[in-house]
Amino acid sequence: MFGRLTLEAFQHDWIEYAAGLSMVFGALATVILLTYFRLWKWLWKEWLTTVDHKKIGIMYIIVSFIMLFKGIFDAVMMRLQQVWSVGDSMGYITASHFQQVATAHGVTMIFFVGMGLMFGIINMILPLQIGARDVAFPALNSISFWLFTSGAMFILVSLIVGEFAGTGWTSYPPLSGLKYSPGVGVDYWLWTIQISGVGSLLSGINFFVTILKMRCPGMKLMRMPIFVWASFATMIMVMFAFPILTATLNMLTTDRLIDTKLFTTEAGGNPMMYINLIWAWGHPEVYILILPAFGIFSEVVAVFSEKRLFGYKTMVYAIFVITFLSFIVWLHHFFTMGSGASVNAFFGIMTMIIAVPTGVKVFNWLFTMFQGRVRLDTPMLWFLGFAIVFVLGGMTGVMMSIPAVDFQVHNTLFLVAHFHSVIIGGVVFGFFAGYSYWFPKFTGIMLNERIGKWAFGFWLSGFLLAFMPLYLLGFMGATRRLDHYEPQTGFFPLFAVAGVGAILICIGFGLQILQILVSIKENKKDLSGDPWNGRTLEWSTSSPPPHYNFAHIPEVHSIDPFWEMKKEPEMKKKPLHEIHMPSNTGVGVYLGALSFIFGFAMIWHMFWLAILSAIIMVGCLIARLYEKNTEYYISVEEIKRDA
Amino acid sequence: MFAAFFAAYAVLKDGVNSGPSGKDLFNLPYALIETFVLLFAALTSGIGSIFVHRRKRKRAITFFLITALLGLGFLSMEWIELSDWIQRGYSWKFSAFLSTFFTIIGTHAFHVFFAILWVFVFLIPLFFRQITDTDIRRLSCLRMFWQFIFIVWVCIFNIVYLIGAL
Repeated sequence: MFGRLTLEAFQHDWIEYAAGLSMVFGALATVILLTYFRLWKWLWKEWLTTVDHKKIGIMYIIVSFIMLFKGIFDAVMMRLQQVWSVGDSMGYITASHFQQVATAHGVTMIFFVGMGLMFGIINMILPLQIGARDVAFPALNSISFWLFTSGAMFILVSLIVGEFAGTGWTSYPPLSGLKYSPGVGVDYWLWTIQISGVGSLLSGINFFVTILKMRCPGMKLMRMPIFVWASFATMIMVMFAFPILTATLNMLTTDRLIDTKLFTTEAGGNPMMYINLIWAWGHPEVYILILPAFGIFSEVVAVFSEKRLFGYKTMVYAIFVITFLSFIVWLHHFFTMGSGASVNAFFGIMTMIIAVPTGVKVFNWLFTMFQGRVRLDTPMLWFLGFAIVFVLGGMTGVMMSIPAVDFQVHNTLFLVAHFHSVIIGGVVFGFFAGYSYWFPKFTGIMLNERIGKWAFGFWLSGFLLAFMPLYLLGFMGATRRLDHYEPQTGFFPLFAVAGVGAILICIGFGLQILQILVSIKENKKDLSGDPWNGRTLEWSTSSPPPHYNFAHIPEVHSIDPFWEMKKEPEMKKKPLHEIHMPSNTGVGVYLGALSFIFGFAMIWHMFWLAILSAIIMVGCLIARLYEKNTEYYISVEEIKRDA
Repeated sequence: MFAAFFAAYAVLKDGVNSGPSGKDLFNLPYALIETFVLLFAALTSGIGSIFVHRRKRKRAITFFLITALLGLGFLSMEWIELSDWIQRGYSWKFSAFLSTFFTIIGTHAFHVFFAILWVFVFLIPLFFRQITDTDIRRLSCLRMFWQFIFIVWVCIFNIVYLIGAL
């Protein structure tokens, strides 16, 4: 009946209990508050079942922020252990729990913070920037979001029921195989990524079609904002890379579930096959995260320098060179794992070449600032922080692309410092820039600039303190996922500095939460719809935009359409027409919930439940096919009332 | 996704665990018949789709039903072939070669199964009413899906069966 699930799965040490219980209490408090204020109906009708791309975007950002909180908490736990567990002291958590925390941190940050913020911001901005009223497949968009959320739930649930994988975020076999990881941890890892990965793939297809088919009249491809170009390239990578992930996870699942011999060390299996495949997805994945961030910076730099972006065409070419190269560098993740000198040399050179288009982009941004009227508002500060940290991280990346150097620093904290430099410095700072830049557009209120600048200061200084020591530790030989070391190694002072850095980052994150609360209290409205003197179409509509985005579909004649429109003295009033919009649907919520039940049943080997939920899922899809009233019209009177 | 599986097959096909290899197990004429069954399924779905566009309800239903039957025939042929192997002790558990083989065939069969299911899902309403624009779009997509399944099968036949039987 319950498969592998027994009462033992609920037995943990006190730290896990504390984390799990606080989570349960948080969820209970939310439920009680919602019931007390009678908000369930509102929540269901306005948010959970929505197909409005802006609301789905906001929900992505909320889920990502919750997961970011969890990810930062994991990071602080690891830092604490590494300061504590020296010599005779074994720290406060066990080695196996430490490995689980490390894995959960990686998975949370990549899949649910990086991907979540990326899809959130793309959802909110992209349709507006191309002058569309919604994405190509609005209901599919809702399904993608709920699959993403359902994936995130597995990580949280694993805190209470069972355990999480302790195999590192890429879970290499044979360690992740049944023989060496018999518990449910790796299964949680598999299903959390599998289900959210399917959601990402569906989103990728959705936005690819949206960009190709839904652009407003006059927006030729070479007139699209760079953020749209970057998203377009990202979606191409998603469509090519995520099926590889699905296939790879599928094979590891069958290895663990029905005893296939694909990645085993016996009966002809080949674990290296898995490592190649996971990085054939994994390397494009890091560019999937960074390219939209590059797109955001391209918008931010142009607006806050009051100048057209320098080198629009070279930006587009650079994006596509990166897209192409991202698929032929995967082997640099395992130079040390037995490929020959010539293979290593090829992948090393390809990796170095990626620095060229990236360098082109960095110089384009700097030249955009040159002789511009630069305003140092928060989004621009995030850009400046990015420019320093990311270039540093990029340079250490080029260092490691030399196989001989990589042999020295492979799997040390040097590597950890490198990818945190590019992911925090690039991706996270990029999304924070986008978040502070577009916040007024989506809520209609301005963020408090003063707290925003303080938050930036803490994040940047905290980052430098937390990760610069790791470069040194890497040279000294400290490996990644290190849960205990001897004092003679001399690691302690540097780990202590890194711990202080982590605390500063926490303060920065706390200030960001405070910033939201203070801004809501101040309630400084953005009435113009264009607080930053913007250049692209999203600023031409009101803040927040009406749910149909534009009363008139705009017409575009140049690269920075809104900038040109603002120069024209008077626009001719065109007659309004009825607007055709998709209706809300609960199918996303149902599929998300069912996929969660399905995954949970598979993890615990409750096969009857898995089959049942799979059948209901198919039933849901069929029911959706024959649903009536999937679309409606907004009358002219209603549009006039809004205006 | 299939590309990743094919890559895995290329790497693992020699991992036979001192058991049978493709050369010993594959029955190429049988696989060729399977290929033709699936080819005709894709073909009849194409013809059915033409009749859908012309709004000829009965003929469209007939041809799509033939598609579904051929699909079922294909699945049962695979079932007969593979259950014979399993009875001889060569299931997916035996060696890496058999694992990748069963993974590829299984994933493909899964697609065929859903293609058949979707034929019925789209056809049943057509028994009761005339063809609408939505039906035309859906059945055209379904036709493309059948052709996709066939193209994947052609790749399987070439990469898995022919190269595997060398």
